[in-house]
Parts: sequence; C-alpha cells; structure tokens
Amino acid sequence: MSLFKKSAAELQELLHSKEVTIADLAQEAYDRIDAVDGEVGAFLALNKENALAQAKEMDEVPFEKRGPLYGLPIGIKDNIVTEGLETTCASKILEGFNPIYNATVVEKLKEAGMVTIGKLNMDEFAMGSATENSAIKPVHNPWNFAHVPGGSSGGSAAAVAAGEVPFSLGSDTGGSIRQPAAYCGVVGMKPTYGRVSRYGLVAFASSLDQIGPITRNVRDNALILETIAGVDEHDSTSANVEVPHYVDQLTGDIRGLKVAVPKEYLAEGVSDGVRKVVLAAIDQLKELGATVDEVSLPHSKYALAAYYILSSSEASSNLSRFDGIRYGYQAKASNLDELYTKTRAEGFGDEVKRRIMLGTYSLSAGTYDAYYKKAQQVRTLIKQDFDQVFEKYDVIVGPTTPTTAFKLGENIDDPMTVYANDILTVPINLAGVPAISIPCGFDNGLPVGLQIIGKYFEEGTVYRVADVFEQATDFHEKTPQTWEVK
Amino acid sequence: MEKLSKEQVKHVANLARLAITEEEAEKFTAQLGAITDFAEQLNELDTTNVEPTTHVLPLVNVLREDVAVKGLDREVMMKNVKDQQDGLVKVPPIITE
Repeated sequence: MSLFKKSAAELQELLHSKEVTIADLAQEAYDRIDAVDGEVGAFLALNKENALAQAKEMDEVPFEKRGPLYGLPIGIKDNIVTEGLETTCASKILEGFNPIYNATVVEKLKEAGMVTIGKLNMDEFAMGSATENSAIKPVHNPWNFAHVPGGSSGGSAAAVAAGEVPFSLGSDTGGSIRQPAAYCGVVGMKPTYGRVSRYGLVAFASSLDQIGPITRNVRDNALILETIAGVDEHDSTSANVEVPHYVDQLTGDIRGLKVAVPKEYLAEGVSDGVRKVVLAAIDQLKELGATVDEVSLPHSKYALAAYYILSSSEASSNLSRFDGIRYGYQAKASNLDELYTKTRAEGFGDEVKRRIMLGTYSLSAGTYDAYYKKAQQVRTLIKQDFDQVFEKYDVIVGPTTPTTAFKLGENIDDPMTVYANDILTVPINLAGVPAISIPCGFDNGLPVGLQIIGKYFEEGTVYRVADVFEQATDFHEKTPQTWEVK
Repeated sequence: MEKLSKEQVKHVANLARLAITEEEAEKFTAQLGAITDFAEQLNELDTTNVEPTTHVLPLVNVLREDVAVKGLDREVMMKNVKDQQDGLVKVPPIITE
C-alpha cells in the first residue's frame, strides 16, 4: 500500500470522495506498523484502541467543519507528553509514566483533528545522534537496516520514511530533527527558538530545545508547523510573534534570492559523496534563479565544544527532577539519599549519566568560568557569525550532516565520534535560527540531506526555497524497501 | 585546565546524585577526559569583553496577571506516585543511624 506516500491534500481528497475513511487511515498505520515495525523499531507505546475509536467518531463530522489536517494520522516523539499514553523518553527511569496532561503541541494537533497513532522511539532523553541510546530498543534505518536512522528523533524520521505514518513530531536540541530526517530521506524542520511552545516537552536543554514536524514533503511540513506554532502562556520562552500562513508563502519562485554557502560547511570532515550531492543541489538552486556566494562562519569549528558544555549543563539541572519519588522508576532503598542515587544509577543509561556529569562538572565552582561561561561567550560569537551573514543573504545552505547514516554499533563506545556528526547542525541551535533538512540525493544508496537555514522567524522563506527545490527534483518521491512489505 | 581525575569524577557523580562503581568511575574518567580535552579548544578564542549568551531571544520578565488559577486535582497529581499514603507522598527515612 502506498496511502502514506500521499500528501495531506491528497489524503483529504480521498476522504472527501469517500474512497477511504478516517478509521481506514488509522487502521492503515497500525497495519503498516504490524508489517514493518518489528524490523524498524520506530514505535514504543501505541494508542490503538483510542485512536480507532476516535477515528470512527471523527468520520461522522461533516466535511465543512474539517480543516486540512483533520483525520490524518501522526506519530509523536516519546519526549512529548500525551495524557493517558505512556511517555518514557525511551528511558528506564520513566518506565510506566502516564502523563496527566497534554503538551501544548499535542492539544493543538488534537484541535486540528489529527489522530495520535503512538509514541516514537528516540535516544534516551534525546541525547544521541543514532537512536542507539534508546533504553528500549534500537531503530533501524528503513533504507538499510544495518545502518542507524540518526537521532535523537530516529523513531520519528524512520516511521515516516518506512511509511508507518505520513507525519510525525520530533524535537531538535542540536540537530535531532534535521540529522535523522537527512539520514532517512525525509523533510524535518527545526523552527526558530521560541516559535513552538515547549510546554510538555520533557526538557533536555531549555535554551536550545524546539519541537518541529517531520514529513514526506515541504508543504505538509509547513502546514503542521503553522498548526503547532505560536505563543503559549504555559511557556514563557515562547515568542509573541505572529505565525504566518506558511503554505501561502510557497510561491514557487526563488529568482533573485540570495543564498550563502559557508565554506566551513563543505570543508574537511564532509565526505566526498555528500559534498558532491550537495554541490549539485546548490547548482540546482542557481538554475532556479538564486544567486549563490561563498561566505564564512568563522566560529563554526568551536560550536560543537560549546554545544556539549551548554546542553549538558542545562541537562544536569533539568534532569535533577528524576528522583524516583513522584513518577517513574523507583529503586529499593533504606534512606532518602540512597533512593536518589540508586534510582538515578539504575534508571539512567550511560550517555545520560555522562552528560549529567559533564554538565555538573562544567557548572562546578572552579570550572564554571573556564567551561560554562566560556561556552556562553563562544555562543555569542557563533550567533554574531549568523547575524553578519544574514545582513546580506536570505538563506544559508549546506549539507545537514558530514556523512550518510553510519552502521549500527560502529561508534557505540566512542562518544566523541558520534558527537562529531552534529558539527553542521549544532551551530543553528546555538544561534536559535530556523533550519530544515530536505532530501537532495543519495550516496551509496543512502539519503543525503540539504540544510537550508533562515533568519529568525522566517521559516516561510526556508519553506519557499525547500519547496522550489522539491518541485524541481524527485528525491522526496523515492521510497525504501520497507514500502514493498505488504 | 588540569586533567580530570577519578576522584573528581566520583565527586561530580555524588553532586549529581548518581551512584557509581569503581569500574564506572574509571570508564567515565577516560570518556569525560576526552570530552573536556576537546573542550579545551575554546581557549584558542579570545573572549575578553564578549557578553555571554544565555538565551537567544530578547525576552525580559515575561509576567502574567497575578490572579489565582485552579491547579490540577490532588488525585490526578498522585497518579504516578509509587509510594503513597492518605494522599501524601511517602519516602524512606531522611536520617538513619
């Protein structure tokens, strides 16, 4: 079946012509999950009973009361809380946790009539770039099961790539939407910091985290962002900036658009295969009428170190709430201190422990100035790099990742090598600007992502460029072997 | 900066309320050492007079009206508490002999 190869608009046509029902679409998701998820491993908790019942009721709602996303299935990353549906962040420490409220984004999707199919696997607490840090199970890349799907939103990207759901939500702290989207050949957007409410997103690094959509095409991505974006009284860092109709900004025209290509993003470390594909994509943008210049983001090489210090510091503070008392896993202990230390030792995986310790160390008296404050100052320099380029250019373009998806198990004992994979995505989170990854070709049978970075709150321009490229190419229409499974 | 020692790693683990074994302390000392060595490269940059960035948006004092809003019901809030008695959260003794 290729129902989920269709766009939101095409699915609505099928609903309107009564060729399928909302219940059929939900059932299709569960059938696809039954057929392929044993090998892909994208899903954790399923919302099957509720979703099918809800879908049946929704089928009764008249068409004039339905919006463009009404009745369409979506998967939610497991660090976004869903009332009554187990939410674990793929960690043992949240085993059995049943949230008592919905994240703002989940409420907004519900209002728009989207049907939550289930929760998507991820690196534990979103810490990782391969989804190998999931305490539950690894995710396999639908294009080649021997390879990782990327991370931390590996389940969100793989589920869409494998045709289990047409849309999903992920979260991006240092590349966690864009990198798996690139590795799995789908469209993933990290909005401007503050664009989407973080209320109900289990916090990893609060000054960097953003929720965003993962889809098979740019238009649907824009539609979902428009639905979940906006200021929220429950998140004081959400921005009070008007949310435009992104879909209306897809004019199909990028003539005269000024594109900057940072030389640092195509330098050493980027594989020849990825460089070749991305340079061809940049040529395509030129042919479509954009002007392209090489620029420099001189502090790029320092972004990774600054990112790991800052994100780990924030995480060490955010994850102090997991004490075994109010929710989740609880160790047996004879006194309170032992309850804390044993619950956390038994409940957290190694990568989470490493980052909590790195963060605690960076924030300690004696190291605070040398690590934490220094990293914050470097963050300022990185942000200024972007500000300067955006004075003259509309978008910045480059690869999303230095290589295609690596093999499962290849880097599992070497945190530094995995971290290096984020070199082209973390600077964007440090600056807080929006960026998308879209499919732009293949290298040895694995997808390559093109990253398009925009000015603050100008997701519309990013979508316009991405849409024009997508219209001119057919990479987004390619599907992996999992689609052949009946 | 000085090289991170195993004693420091144990101290940090204690601050973060993580019980770690001797073996884990060894492993984390090596791994965290590699990460902090990598972070040393930040010292190549002169950041004199550079303001630190804690937050990218120019938000200051986001306030709401000072009116009471109803919270969640106690029963709902206790839903995920493992150990409880009479609507209260139960924990093991804080001070033991």
